Amino acid sequence: MNNDTLIPLIGVVTDIRQDTPDVKTFRVNALDGGKVFEHMPGQCAMLSIPGVGEGMFSITSSPTNKEFMEFSIKKCGCLTTWLHAMDVGQQITIRGPYGNYFPVDTELKGKDLLFVAGGIGLAPLRSVINYVRDKRADYGDVQIVYGSRSKDDLVDYKEIIDEWTADPNIEVNLTIDNPQEGWDGHVGFVPNYVKELNPSTNKTVLVCGPPIMIKFTLAGLKELGFTETQVYTTMELRMKCGVGKCGRCNIGDKYVCKDGPVFRFDQLDALPDEY
Amino acid sequence: MLKISASNLNALFDRIAEKQTLYIPVDREPNVSEYKKYESGMTMSKALNTVRSAKDFFFPQTENLAEFKMSGKTIEVKDIRKENEDFVVFGVRACDARSFGILDKVFLSEPVDSFYKNRRDHGTIVTMACTRPAETCFCTTFGIDPTVPGGDVSVFFDGENYFFLDNTPKGEAFVASVSDLLENGDASKLAEVQENARNIMKKLPLAGLSTDSFGGERLMEHFNSDKWAELSESCFGCGTCTFVCPTCQCYDIRDFDTGNGIKRFRCWDSCMYSDFTKMAHGNSRNSQLERFRQRFMHKLVYFPANNDGEFGCVGCGRCLSKCPISMNIVKVMKALEDK
Repeated sequence: MNNDTLIPLIGVVTDIRQDTPDVKTFRVNALDGGKVFEHMPGQCAMLSIPGVGEGMFSITSSPTNKEFMEFSIKKCGCLTTWLHAMDVGQQITIRGPYGNYFPVDTELKGKDLLFVAGGIGLAPLRSVINYVRDKRADYGDVQIVYGSRSKDDLVDYKEIIDEWTADPNIEVNLTIDNPQEGWDGHVGFVPNYVKELNPSTNKTVLVCGPPIMIKFTLAGLKELGFTETQVYTTMELRMKCGVGKCGRCNIGDKYVCKDGPVFRFDQLDALPDEY
Repeated sequence: MLKISASNLNALFDRIAEKQTLYIPVDREPNVSEYKKYESGMTMSKALNTVRSAKDFFFPQTENLAEFKMSGKTIEVKDIRKENEDFVVFGVRACDARSFGILDKVFLSEPVDSFYKNRRDHGTIVTMACTRPAETCFCTTFGIDPTVPGGDVSVFFDGENYFFLDNTPKGEAFVASVSDLLENGDASKLAEVQENARNIMKKLPLAGLSTDSFGGERLMEHFNSDKWAELSESCFGCGTCTFVCPTCQCYDIRDFDTGNGIKRFRCWDSCMYSDFTKMAHGNSRNSQLERFRQRFMHKLVYFPANNDGEFGCVGCGRCLSKCPISMNIVKVMKALEDK
């Protein structure tokens, strides 16, 4: 019988990084090393601990990383609490990759890019950012606006500081919601910061974060003169199958798992406001 | 046309059951019918249709997808799939036969669901033409002719004899396997029986129901209709409509700890349930209005949008007779249609 996507593969957790008080990044390898499967930036995978649950997570590592996959996961429910309690060496089940991806080799190619992320919303964009960094010549200007509740809630802070801000070809703008000791950077919400930064409307925007942040960011971008066809986001809804059959992650006639998770805002505009 | 007399039908069943598992509709109580595995002596129900649809044969209410052995930090996945054995479902009505085509569009589209395909590959569908449609029937709304029921083999009853017409290679093989029990017969009375049934359909209360106002192109208009509040007001989300529906195919995946490993199951689910879309961070369909709207939008708008205009309903009428608050797809269609 042919392989069935509902029957998962096994991966092993080879590294765990505590990114923030409630976010850990898990490195996953195939049992014999290497990656369990290849993916494109923005695609997702179903991770599970049998008996605990199964959930869809964006793959935060770039496809250009040939050694392993990474998942940045916030502790917020039953399965994620279990995942956070894991030790290195724990095996998990994994299946995928699922969904579409950011059009890195087509619509985004050659464009000036603006990434806007809030909190754990950096996870899916990090895959694109590192993909773009590894193929830097294929893209124009790269600007990243990333904000979180506090300095301690910035995911991948070490990579941001050590690699992204150190990269002369990338502009990184960090912000936190409230003033904090030891923070001399920008303070304020992401949507307002984007408006203050007044980015060129030539840029193509990739935004991900809490729904409220996305909503106000989009409104702010429109005020600056951006159109919805320039702005991409990635969605998240309850999923069981990952392949458009179990029937729960639809927005109108589109399934987030199969037709998404990446949508352009003009595409979302044509769909019911039910997400 | 090949036929068997009504008095010999059980001889045919016995023959089929010698080689394959056979399911026929049987009365649980008078006029309350359900599919049962045939055992010698069972009588086929004369009820118009079974209480539950025939989807269970290919998409069972619960099925085991995989097993896991957990030991320390290691996990072993067990692929427990086995090639299904051949089986025959006898007496499927035209509406349910059409529903398999709708389920096929979901489960046989890429990536193919091997669990469903396995059963589809090994099942032979023998349908039964309707002669006395009920008041809740509206299959003709979806272009179904209940007197020509489809499946691998169509069976027509003229009051005395059952006539067999194979529609597929699988059906041809089935008829060949029982051909020594069949004889050539005069099917001239069938046309009259069919005409009579079609005339009944035309006079039924739902005969005028039309799909003209529905389809993918009407998505935003129907979604934003102000009718949903009133239509959904009394719905308490019991999910009965979903469970008796031959085309509802939403499912849940759950794990069960047997004490000796983990079994992963796929189970029917319903978009009418409050936790269907519930996530750790919230719920995209928080109100019963939204959940109610989802079920009907899926059948009348979303499904046709993704499947060349085919609707996700076959007009079997089960939801009409089973909904505890007497709400159903017909009322929804009438409320939303162009006046």
